Amino acid sequence: MHEVSLVHALFDQVDRAIAPHGSKAVRILKVRIGDLAGVDAELFATAFDGCRSERGYVAAALELVTEPAVWRCAECGAEIVAGSVLRCRSCDGEARLAAGGDLILDRIELEVADV
Amino acid sequence: MCDVCGCGDPHKVTLEVHASLLSDNDREAAHLREHFVGSGVLALNIMGSPGSGKTALLEATSRALAGRLRLAAVSGDLATSLDAERLSAAGVFSAPITTGSACHLDAAMVHHALHEGSLAAAVRGCDVFFIENVGNLVCPAIYDLGQAANVVVLSVTEGVDKPLKYPVMFRKADLVVLTKVDLLPHLPGVSVSVIRENLARVMPSARAIEVSATSGVGVSAFLDWLDARRASSKRA
Ligand SMILES: Nc1nc2c(ncn2[C@@H]2O[C@H](COP(=O)(O)OP(=O)(O)O)[C@@H](O)[C@H]2O)c(=O)[nH]1
Ligand SMILES: [Mg+2]
Ligand SMILES: [Zn+2]
Ligand SMILES: [Zn+2]
Ligand SMILES: [Zn+2]
Ligand SMILES: [Zn+2]
Repeated sequence: MHEVSLVHALFDQVDRAIAPHGSKAVRILKVRIGDLAGVDAELFATAFDGCRSERGYVAAALELVTEPAVWRCAECGAEIVAGSVLRCRSCDGEARLAAGGDLILDRIELEVADV
Repeated sequence: MCDVCGCGDPHKVTLEVHASLLSDNDREAAHLREHFVGSGVLALNIMGSPGSGKTALLEATSRALAGRLRLAAVSGDLATSLDAERLSAAGVFSAPITTGSACHLDAAMVHHALHEGSLAAAVRGCDVFFIENVGNLVCPAIYDLGQAANVVVLSVTEGVDKPLKYPVMFRKADLVVLTKVDLLPHLPGVSVSVIRENLARVMPSARAIEVSATSGVGVSAFLDWLDARRASSKRA
């Protein structure tokens, strides 16, 4: 269950990002999980709920977006359908993963006191 | 106030981050890579299911090399140091990393091991450094350890469908070692060509060699691959 350690990595990053704003009242954390990131969205959400209060983010809601895997030919850029042989049909180039391989913290929405 | 969407809510700040949750690990891995490249060591991340034959492959490799290359290893294990003991007995300088409950190695664990005891000197003085990961076909793949290449050990007894079921692992593989091929006569449902076809659907530059650690068949193909990787990392 590496999802727990990834959730801790998420909160480490949030700690650092919000430090200059003088508030810990995070409302929303938007996280993107690629199909080939090796992370189970459901386990991640469960781990998030389990760790959030101990890290001081009681009111934070997790907004998870999943990102489909997109393969492209490294030579000509043509899309190669996921699940098919990972070779370009037109030029026989090698496939490169263009999207869907990462686990990304996209956005933090933070509540701040009156200025 | 919110400076992103212009909603005008004075109590809200929106921070656009767009950073990988693995960036701390990746930074540590980059530091490890400097260690490895700086001392001219080929570091390999050896991954695969428990029992797929990772340790046996390294033992057979050490025997076949008969001292031609200097080898060092760390073995990630939940509870014991048995793999490290097996590797030491086979002539590989090795140390255990006991991970407790962690089902994978991360860069910090490897770095910690590297700065402990005599391993650091052994790694500096070796030609190939094997990092035998925790047996698991899922999460070890997502943690960079500073390696030059990923080797995934897949035994033919695991069945032909594993590449399709664990695409995250095989996507990251630079080489797949199909092990236990001596058992193929007893496995009527397993065809190496079907395994290769499945690999081609998940592995961008599909490359697999067939090995039996028990009989020694195919070990020389692994040695050839090691030599080629060493040569190309020296040029780089
Ligand atoms: N028949 C056969 N058995 C093997 C081979 N490689 C490993 N094994 C056996 O498979 C079991 C697990 O091997 P081990 O190296 O400990 O796997 P690891 O958990 O991946 O390190 C052991 O009983 C080995 O003797 C092989 O090539 N052929
Ligand atoms: Mg082992
Ligand atoms: Zn192409
Ligand atoms: Zn807004
Ligand atoms: Zn894990
Ligand atoms: Zn260091």
